[in-house]
Amino acid sequence: MDKQPLAQLTKISSQVRRDILRMVHAVQSGHPGASLGCTEFFVALYFNQMKHDSNFNMNGAGEDLFFLSNGHISPVWYSVLARSGYFPAEELKTFRKLNSRLQGHPATEENLPGIRIASGSLGQGLSAAIGAAQAKKIDKDDSTVYVLMGDGEQQEGQVWEACMYAAHHKVDNLIATIDFNRQQIDGPTKDVMDLKDLKAKWEAFGWEVIETFKGNDMEAVLEGLEKAKSLTGKGKPVLNLLHTEMGYGVDFMVGTHKWHGIAPSDEQLENALGQLEETLGDY
Amino acid sequence: MDKTLDLKYTYTEKKDTRSGFGDGLLEAGRKNPNVVGLCADLIGSLKMGAFQKEFPERFFQVGIAEANMIGLAAGMTINGKIPFTGTFANFSTGRVYDQIRQSVAYSDKNVKICASHAGLTLGEDGATHQILEDVGMMKMLPHMTVINPCDYNQTKAATMAIADFEGPVYLRFGRPSWPIFTPADQKFEIGKAWHMIEGTDVTIFATGHLVWEAVVAEAMLREEGISAEVINIHTIKPLDEAAIIASVKKTGCAVSAEEHQLNGGLGDSIAQTLIRNNPAPLEYVGVNDSFGESGTPTELLEKYGLNAENIVKAAKKAIARK
Repeated sequence: MDKQPLAQLTKISSQVRRDILRMVHAVQSGHPGASLGCTEFFVALYFNQMKHDSNFNMNGAGEDLFFLSNGHISPVWYSVLARSGYFPAEELKTFRKLNSRLQGHPATEENLPGIRIASGSLGQGLSAAIGAAQAKKIDKDDSTVYVLMGDGEQQEGQVWEACMYAAHHKVDNLIATIDFNRQQIDGPTKDVMDLKDLKAKWEAFGWEVIETFKGNDMEAVLEGLEKAKSLTGKGKPVLNLLHTEMGYGVDFMVGTHKWHGIAPSDEQLENALGQLEETLGDY
Repeated sequence: MDKTLDLKYTYTEKKDTRSGFGDGLLEAGRKNPNVVGLCADLIGSLKMGAFQKEFPERFFQVGIAEANMIGLAAGMTINGKIPFTGTFANFSTGRVYDQIRQSVAYSDKNVKICASHAGLTLGEDGATHQILEDVGMMKMLPHMTVINPCDYNQTKAATMAIADFEGPVYLRFGRPSWPIFTPADQKFEIGKAWHMIEGTDVTIFATGHLVWEAVVAEAMLREEGISAEVINIHTIKPLDEAAIIASVKKTGCAVSAEEHQLNGGLGDSIAQTLIRNNPAPLEYVGVNDSFGESGTPTELLEKYGLNAENIVKAAKKAIARK
């Protein structure tokens, strides 16, 4: 896919948010909060940054690969995959329903194009991404591997096993991003289990760390990803600390953990959709 | 004891099954450039040193971080690599069950989980390391193949065979020096039981180190005029149900023998097969709902009821129930 310009990326983001809300509303389950918060990031990756082929093959040789570790934000990924041509947008209707390829959490079992490994049980995606990045190095494939994690997910021990490993083995074709929205199911991360200084922690483990302070501003997200890309190939894995707001784009959902994993009612959906322009046509 | 018996299979050399894994891995690596090795700080124990030396660019020291190792391996398969992970059976299964379940089994990744020091015969390290539940955990996972070879030669052959097989595999082997009684040039067929000894009165289905105990038990039973059939079930999943049913139809009763808990092991798989197809008396030889302890392999097999004498007793009991 050709790189889409900024104005188009903003339009796509609006449609993706509509998709997320309608998918979650239709089945009255799913995780809208961080899906909305990460919309700019996903749109920037799939419509601008990554070199990828929507005619999916598992191997992905010569392509940039993306792994979603915090699998519960599947709605945003499914929407972006559909809107970038991996499968028909119409299929978003089947999200979380019986016999669907769009499982509650991303899976390979039903062969949904775009998914390379199951995720949902937290803490595992970084390891898989590092493995894929090392395999690319063996194959002398100079493309980049991306992975997204949640900030609450940083409480999982495996993340730090992987973090230590990637620095030790100089896995420098890898860009990990943390969705730093400071919220998790039970409340703000500082109350549930304080993450303290994530930047200092990742740096201490030997990673190159950048911060994207405006994670819901498309221009800033692009700038952050460009910068991250420029730091690859220099002997260190790269971490992008992406500051986002959970629920961004819908005034009554923004900035609270309350919309982490619940669906809007009919009235709430109508209200929310009124705030988001239909730019590519609803499915 | 076995020196005086008329054994159908004999040995001149003893070696650990983990060396069979190490040597098989090296050959698989020479044959297929996609074979890669990962180890969690147990290269010496897993005998992975020769592979590491010959293929340094295809070998990854992971440190003491087994969860990460499983995830790395799953990720490596995406580009077509065939990762072999190496650590003790305890850390290959229970410690990383969720990682295996989601990233390997559910994702149907071509990862070979290679597990040494399984069972009581690990010996002196004691119960913390003597895992006796791993086969049960692994066989419950959809997509997973579970293999437990019996000696050095069979472990080497199995290691090479799984490199050519597409799909997740749990390969279980052990620490002690053990008789090499199967041929070096054997063809290892995943999922195909091996009729080692023909008999008519009782079938002994054995796996792993206890296949040797079954061979000894057969000779002991023969001295008493009892004809035992010995079948080597190196692949616990998928189970060769046809071979099991055919043998028990002939003999009318069976014994299962494994270095594992009775709950969830090979015996349970055989019981399921018999109950659905050909109900017949089945006696179990295995560990009966307890942990192990420190001791020598021989002492432990005796104390926990897993040696040839116990197989003989179980066979007689099964015959009496016909």
